[in-house]
Amino acid sequence: MDYRSPLARVRGLGSAKAGTSHWWMQRVTAVALIPLSFSLIIFLDLSLNAPYQETVAWLASPFNSVCIVAWILAVFYHAALGLQVVIEDYIAVEGVKIVAVWAVNLSFLLLALAALIAVFRTLLIG
Amino acid sequence: MATNTNRPTSPHLQVYRLPLTGIISITHRMTGVMLSAGLIFFVYIVSSVAGGATSYAAMQDLMSVWLIRLMYWGFIYALFFHLCHGVRHLIWDAGKSFDNDTLDHYAKIELGCSLGLTLFTFIFV
Repeated sequence: MDYRSPLARVRGLGSAKAGTSHWWMQRVTAVALIPLSFSLIIFLDLSLNAPYQETVAWLASPFNSVCIVAWILAVFYHAALGLQVVIEDYIAVEGVKIVAVWAVNLSFLLLALAALIAVFRTLLIG
Repeated sequence: MATNTNRPTSPHLQVYRLPLTGIISITHRMTGVMLSAGLIFFVYIVSSVAGGATSYAAMQDLMSVWLIRLMYWGFIYALFFHLCHGVRHLIWDAGKSFDNDTLDHYAKIELGCSLGLTLFTFIFV
């Protein structure tokens, strides 16, 4: 049952009908990130400490590259969803809020693409 | 629309001592924002792997500066903290563990786990 007045609906107040999927995808990506984080930690440890060939060989192996690509997809999505909630909580001015959410979404999309391209380039080397 | 500004207000954050769960809750949010910022470093690291041996060596030099290394371990701790408290959010989402007795108990467990996982990574990985 819809309790909103016709005026409220016209003004676009209330549910935008997208909240549930936002909340849900936050959880789905969170669960995916639990095991994938361990693959990230191994990659970071190698990158900071191991010789070049070892890191490239690790990242270029099929299992590891799938894990890192999956981690990239999940983590940038998860971060954008989370930052959107933070922005919506603390920024009250409607225009600024919308632009901030756009900026975050577009920036994280770009960062995700840059990370994916880097992994694919490493596949060509390794 | 006329608004009554003389309504009672809830305790202000600055005069209200947050329970442990409250402190952990805001820390979860702060670590989330910091981890998101840290993703820029991830893009830098993986791009320098793709860029070849020279850019890889430059990245390793930068990442071994002590201040950046300290930030790196802060990132790892924040990651484990966010992961552990995230698991508790999933438990809450399942409708469990809302009673007062388990709240503090679980909070201590997740603080211990995040510290333990960071130490484990520091020593064994």
